Amino acid sequence: MALESIGQTAKVELPRPRGLTGVVADWSSDQRSFKSASWGKAMMWIFLVSDTFIFSCFLISYMTVRMSTTVPWPNASEIFALDIGGKRIPLILIAIMTFDLITSSGTMAIAVNFAYARQRRMAALMMLATAFFGATFVGMQAFEWTTLIREGVRPWGNPFGAAQFGSCFFMITGFHGFHVSMGVLFLLIIARAVWRGDYDRGKPGFFTGRKGRYEIVEIMGLYWHFVDLVWVFIFAFFYLW
Amino acid sequence: MHGMIMVVYMLTAIFLGGFGNYLIPLMIGARDMVFPFVNMLSYWVYLLATLVLAASYFVPGGPTGAGWTLYPPQAILTGTPGHEWGIILMLSSLILFIIGFTMGGLNYVVTVLQARTRGMTLMRMPLTVWGIFTAAVMALLAFPGLFVACVMLLLDRTLGTSFFVPAIVEMGERRDYSGGSPILFQHLFWFFGHPEVYIVALPAFGMVSDLISVHARKNIFGYRMMVWAILAIGVLSMVVWGHHMYVSGMDPLFGFFFAVTTLAIAVPTAMKVYNWVVTLWRADIHFTTPMLFALGFLVTFVNGGITGLYLGNVIVDVPLSATLFVVAHFHMVMGIAPVLVIFGAIYHWFPKITGRMMDERLGKIHFWITFLGAYAIFFPMHYLGLLGVPRRFYDMNDATFVPHSAVGLNIFMTTMALFVGLSQLIFFYNVFKSLRHGASAGGNPWRAASLEWQTPETPPGHGNWGKRLPVVYRWPYGYNIPGAPDDFVPQNAPLQKGEHAT
Repeated sequence: MALESIGQTAKVELPRPRGLTGVVADWSSDQRSFKSASWGKAMMWIFLVSDTFIFSCFLISYMTVRMSTTVPWPNASEIFALDIGGKRIPLILIAIMTFDLITSSGTMAIAVNFAYARQRRMAALMMLATAFFGATFVGMQAFEWTTLIREGVRPWGNPFGAAQFGSCFFMITGFHGFHVSMGVLFLLIIARAVWRGDYDRGKPGFFTGRKGRYEIVEIMGLYWHFVDLVWVFIFAFFYLW
Repeated sequence: MHGMIMVVYMLTAIFLGGFGNYLIPLMIGARDMVFPFVNMLSYWVYLLATLVLAASYFVPGGPTGAGWTLYPPQAILTGTPGHEWGIILMLSSLILFIIGFTMGGLNYVVTVLQARTRGMTLMRMPLTVWGIFTAAVMALLAFPGLFVACVMLLLDRTLGTSFFVPAIVEMGERRDYSGGSPILFQHLFWFFGHPEVYIVALPAFGMVSDLISVHARKNIFGYRMMVWAILAIGVLSMVVWGHHMYVSGMDPLFGFFFAVTTLAIAVPTAMKVYNWVVTLWRADIHFTTPMLFALGFLVTFVNGGITGLYLGNVIVDVPLSATLFVVAHFHMVMGIAPVLVIFGAIYHWFPKITGRMMDERLGKIHFWITFLGAYAIFFPMHYLGLLGVPRRFYDMNDATFVPHSAVGLNIFMTTMALFVGLSQLIFFYNVFKSLRHGASAGGNPWRAASLEWQTPETPPGHGNWGKRLPVVYRWPYGYNIPGAPDDFVPQNAPLQKGEHAT
């Protein structure tokens, strides 16, 4: 396949100016504005910007609703507490979940590194580990939802205070959990392809007939780190506020 | 339904989905969009969205009657037609549309940024591409607002959450809602809704610039300023949404802020209008059908834009709000103007798409009926609005503040609307007739300089450019250059001796 159609050129590039002049030079040049980014990577970055706006709208709506509601908001540290050994420990589950998700970001970064080093077995294993941490996160979220539902929290109301608490909680964590689940799914698909060595042979991936390349691991990583980052904001605004 | 179908499913889909997909690769010298498969997926999801929307005509209660703004609590309470199923299908359809659009929009943006041919710098792109590109970026940032609003309203309707609905008594009965904020919906909706106006308008601006330049045989005046104006409009339009909510109650300081940003948009917009007019100044104007539509756009757009200045001011807006004046304003600026551009663009690019010309005589008849007809419909509407006739009422009974003559005007407008609507059949007849029997167009019937007219085959074959991608040497507006052998110089013709690159 011609080089023009994969968004990357193999020819040695002349040194380009650095800093602000470099930005201006790149944007006033022909062919590509982001010189080092392939089509797929550029697309993921732009998608993440758009997705940021979706999560921002969700979180800002939640803040607005929380501030304008007529009934007091339930106390987060009381509701998100678990009975362990006869003691109620506030926010313990969320702390574990956050730790779990951030760990998965670490394994993802290692996987990207191994993928570019062409150590496909290690890369695939690290992606599996990432998928495992992701699945564990979703599992703990399911546990959290079950516990809250048992205590009587529903999207339309709850015994602790403003009805919007349940609405926002299920909607936002649900939307984020959906992102994590999709991420786990694609991690497994890509890990399988890496394990089989598809990208050494350039076998096309999904959504395209073009040659598959190890860069897909990094693109996957971008998405995964984004989902983690969003969780940090949800954690801060929902559980700590 | 009418508003939503027109604004989202028709205008946005035709400008970005239709012309975007067709023109971007041809104009920047690419073989295809960067991710054709995702693009195809985007189309199928869009089709699904329209089917879901159309299905609402066949469910109990019919389609939603909440207007295109879908304001809660009205949209989801009994008494509004379609509150049973119509509103659910409308919201689901919008969510699908946004998912589909995101796939397409990412493609447009990445294609323009990363897949240009050699020599094609950003500042050598036709203004059409600039318009579509900026609109796609805005759509990717604005549609999230609508997405979130739709999800939350859907939950309010189906699960009984109270995001948008306060404690409310309906038909003498207290409903289970409490503590929601209807204003929140308005913010989310208009955060999408206002950029949406420019998502439609910017591609239209770009296409008009190209049409005027080609058919006046002159380079567009102030190309760089045109580009910066498009970008400035794009940025400003993201921070003006509050002007739709002056009567919803807001802090006067916010009203002031939104009025200032709204009126500030008039500056880059007026700049564009002046540049179009100056391009026409002492030009070799060919009154072809596409040119007539482009000129028609100029008139209707200036007309609708100036009434926009009235409505952008808080104190003028408050008495005019929810009258037919508003309806006349946005139909002029956002209905008629972009639709004229769509027609002009189809007449202009039809030869490239099919290899055949459309019938000029039928085209001119179509133009004059549409253009004069649009004025016959919407000009009296301004007057009715100033009289205080409210929108959304089909019967005013004996409202004493409306003189009886208003009824006559209403009947006149309705008759004209039916007549103009029917006469669009001329256009469709023309399209289908020209498809089979139109005169052969050749590769470049308008003798245009931009890249899409320089393809080796017409209509362009698979991969657009044959074996080798074109190389671009200059901007797309090389008309009437002194010393050139022809009155236009294609973008991919090598530089002549002594010519400075543009």
